[in-house]
Amino acid sequence: MKDQDISKLEQKFQEKIDNDIKIEPRDWMPDDYRQTLIRQISQHAHSEVVGMLPEGNWITRAPNLRRKAVLLAKVQDEAGHGLYLYSAVETLGANREQTIDDLHSGIAKYSSIFNYPTLSWADMGAIGWLVDGAAIMNQVPLCRCSYGPYARAMVRICKEESFHQRQGFEIMTTLMKGTVQQKKMAQDALDRFWWPSLMMFGPNDEDSKHTAKSINWKIKRHTNDELRQMFVDATVPQAELIGLKIPDKDLVWNKERGHYDFGEINWDEFWQVVKGNGPCNNHRIETRKKAKENGLWVIEAANAYEQKRKIKKVS
Amino acid sequence: MANKEWPLWEVFIRSKKGLSHKHVGSLRASDSQMAIKNARDVYTRRSEGISIWVTKSNSIFASKPDESDSLYEPSDSKVYRHPTFYDIPDGIEHM
Repeated sequence: MKDQDISKLEQKFQEKIDNDIKIEPRDWMPDDYRQTLIRQISQHAHSEVVGMLPEGNWITRAPNLRRKAVLLAKVQDEAGHGLYLYSAVETLGANREQTIDDLHSGIAKYSSIFNYPTLSWADMGAIGWLVDGAAIMNQVPLCRCSYGPYARAMVRICKEESFHQRQGFEIMTTLMKGTVQQKKMAQDALDRFWWPSLMMFGPNDEDSKHTAKSINWKIKRHTNDELRQMFVDATVPQAELIGLKIPDKDLVWNKERGHYDFGEINWDEFWQVVKGNGPCNNHRIETRKKAKENGLWVIEAANAYEQKRKIKKVS
Repeated sequence: MANKEWPLWEVFIRSKKGLSHKHVGSLRASDSQMAIKNARDVYTRRSEGISIWVTKSNSIFASKPDESDSLYEPSDSKVYRHPTFYDIPDGIEHM
């Protein structure tokens, strides 16, 4: 295509974005836009799938049948979310298996939070309340993302996600009404998951290389720091209400700004975990790889069954 | 052949009697039966539907987005296809 034609198409594309007209799979889009979406949506999908592992760890050890049924339903939802998102990636022409192989080889990332271990039952509470809470902050604006299939997947995901956060907060609330040991357990889970939850929003705005472009394309609607602030402002009163203490000595209400000020995130830790050196990175990827390898026979068997059925039909 | 990917299916769901099926997304499955089972697990976990259609994605044929101007322009220019185009004398309330 001639350069002139491309700049015309680009202009038309940007006009659509500026007028809040959604981009659909077969519409022309700049290659950069497509690649940005493939990267973001596939990493989002990977996060849903890897995110099943820390919680899966506690399904068989849930304290009662109600909690077990809830946790099972939540983990099943995460699998569904992964599928909606892989489907959205496929509308961009990406190959699903390739994106999964990229996860396994370490080319593709997933949310750094899932590289932390789940050491006690209270972690199920902390994850639902904080990790799903942070995810909702991120995902609600994505329902208005400029790419149609991603936005539609996010609408479904957000609808389902709100029970996830509530069940987590309910676990924390119940523990905080319990014995001294149970209260300690809840506080310990918050201590370990608070900072990694803040890291979920990604680097500070000045260090985020993708933000400006993504906002211009209306893939993202808020910057990382804006979302992080929203999360802190929403979460601190919840912690206070049930008697938990946020592990940040610099946390203070700033009357002038109308927001909480909070301490500096340990960015060395963040980058270490992103680069693969978190406590559970290897374990998570090994588990995913094994799941794929051990499941290959299912793919083969189903293919063979379909083949047999076809032959039967013909004869 | 053994590791061939399962084909892609598009899923349509009727949310309740009286409404038409609506596209909700896609999934992979080896055959139509599995596609319907998977669609049930993935797209109707919260009673979103009472009927599921699936069809292989590659059997859907679609109009081209870049032809949309020429394809739909005539319906914009023929305003007399809309009831508001016509003058009705005062005194007639419903027509």
